[in-house]
Amino acid sequence: MATQQSRSAARLMMAPAVILLLGWMLVPLTMTLWFSFRKYLPLRGGDLGWAGFDNYTRFIGSSSFWPSVQATLVIVGGVLIITVVLGIILALLLDQPMWGQGIVRILVIAPFFVMPTVSALVWKNMFMDPVNGLFAYVWKFFGAAPVEWLSQASMQSIIMIVSWQWLPFATLILLTAVQSLDSEQLEAAEMDGASFLSRFWYLILPHLARAITIVVLIQTIFLLSIFAEIFVTTGGAFGTKTLSYLIFQRVLESQNVGLGSAGGVYAIILANIVAIFLMRIVGKNLDA
Amino acid sequence: MGSIKLSKVSKSFGDVEVIPPLDLEINDGEFVVFVGPSGCGKSTLLRLIAGLEDLTSGAIEIDGTDATNATPAKRGLAMVFQSYALYPHMSVRKNINFPLKMAGMDQAEADKRINAAAKVLNLTDYLDRRPGQLSGGQRQRVAIGRAIVREPSAFLFDEPLSNLDAALRVNMRLEICDLHKTLTTTMIYVTHDQVEAMTMADKIVVLHDGYIEQVGSPLELYERPVNKFVAGFIGSPKMNFVSGASAQKRNADSIGIRPEHLDVSAESGEWSGTVGVSEHLGSDTFLHVKLDDGSMINVRASGDLKVEYGEKIFLNPQEDRVHKFDAQGLSI
Repeated sequence: MATQQSRSAARLMMAPAVILLLGWMLVPLTMTLWFSFRKYLPLRGGDLGWAGFDNYTRFIGSSSFWPSVQATLVIVGGVLIITVVLGIILALLLDQPMWGQGIVRILVIAPFFVMPTVSALVWKNMFMDPVNGLFAYVWKFFGAAPVEWLSQASMQSIIMIVSWQWLPFATLILLTAVQSLDSEQLEAAEMDGASFLSRFWYLILPHLARAITIVVLIQTIFLLSIFAEIFVTTGGAFGTKTLSYLIFQRVLESQNVGLGSAGGVYAIILANIVAIFLMRIVGKNLDA
Repeated sequence: MGSIKLSKVSKSFGDVEVIPPLDLEINDGEFVVFVGPSGCGKSTLLRLIAGLEDLTSGAIEIDGTDATNATPAKRGLAMVFQSYALYPHMSVRKNINFPLKMAGMDQAEADKRINAAAKVLNLTDYLDRRPGQLSGGQRQRVAIGRAIVREPSAFLFDEPLSNLDAALRVNMRLEICDLHKTLTTTMIYVTHDQVEAMTMADKIVVLHDGYIEQVGSPLELYERPVNKFVAGFIGSPKMNFVSGASAQKRNADSIGIRPEHLDVSAESGEWSGTVGVSEHLGSDTFLHVKLDDGSMINVRASGDLKVEYGEKIFLNPQEDRVHKFDAQGLSI
């Protein structure tokens, strides 16, 4: 691959893929930017011309904007904490030799294969329904009044549903990391007199740092844009309106493409702020 | 203090008995080497002593107190692993400090011990590096340092030199021997390399399929092996075994003669054969001789012997160095 000829040949052959990917990204981005500066109401006259920064000021000035940013961050943060902590515990448990290991591992991974819409519906109707849900039965069994999950504890409910979906992913990545830990290191620590907790803190956790970083980064990307779970359960009510849900409402419910596009640009900015913070905090684990 | 006594110790994994019941006594201050071919149970035996595996039956006594069910940390032993098992994200200093920290030792005292160990092992300049930045020999020394600072009653080495290159292995061998002389602590050393066993041990334990074949000093094993297995395993190049007429003449089922105890002659001798490959090492020459009956014999001759490929030569065993074995392979 060193000669001039092979290099230009490589460039030529890679060009279609690069151009396709660039187009894939650039076309929607440019359209979003374009629409965000237009007054564009599809059902009320269509493209009504240049709007300047009107859409931006209106979107950020709306009373729903800051609560939606907060809701987004709370859901992302809550799900990350739950999946990483439970993921580590589950990974350590699944790493133990036990009977029926293969089946248990498949069962643990199963929730990841369920579509978000389906799992949200299952949770909403079979678990959280205040009349027929399983939780309601449990509460009634202990003589307590059933909780109306999706209205009284809407945020917690959504975090619970999304965590259930993403826990398998975290567990899987962390399990492979746990398995790659040299058992002689653990034995050496055992001979050095380290208790299980010390071994966990001084050996296992540092070893898992890189896997945790990957889990956090990948999950953040996907969690910033969760939509189906909210659409199916609360429909954005009870303080569960995230930024992506707000954009959806602006574009489709209010039929205001310009306003929604401005929101989309804010979402890109928010995602980048989160990404910068994450890279600062955990990104150094990816070096070395 | 570091005397260890195994009585009727056995270990099975499921239905497979890896170590049939065996007894062994290790005295305080001894350098004991477990040697045997791979899969003979020597590492398992070491791990049983360390407490990393549970006994199936039997008892282990350390310093006169029963330690059969004690946790590894409570036994006061330190182990050096084949892969070194250093903690990769800790500096050398923190690695060596780890056992002291776990024991809750005062940091000033710990630092004193770390610096002393680093000085003994020539690690002073590397204390702030990570294991990944060290060479194989340095990592090995860090692993030993981590063992030393605890001042254990005995050191356990699990094939510690097998990942090093040949020259370094010879060096580390000397360093470990030196360390044993200065610390005078009991050391148990597992290896499959009989040269390491012969050069380092006070007492060699030869294991085969979980059984102890023979226990003794290096020279004892070399001069008076109890059976064919020990005779063939100890010594390099391997002992030659001959059966048939020359064995019957000596009232044995088979006889063994070491390559260095054969005299080469151009005119006459008990056995005759043609020279195959000869390896000239300068000080010695190893000859692979094909006897007339088709069997191969290794001869260790002096370096100035000049023979050609295909040359006919005669071999004479030194009579007082001939080992005789009965039909069961036991020495007579």
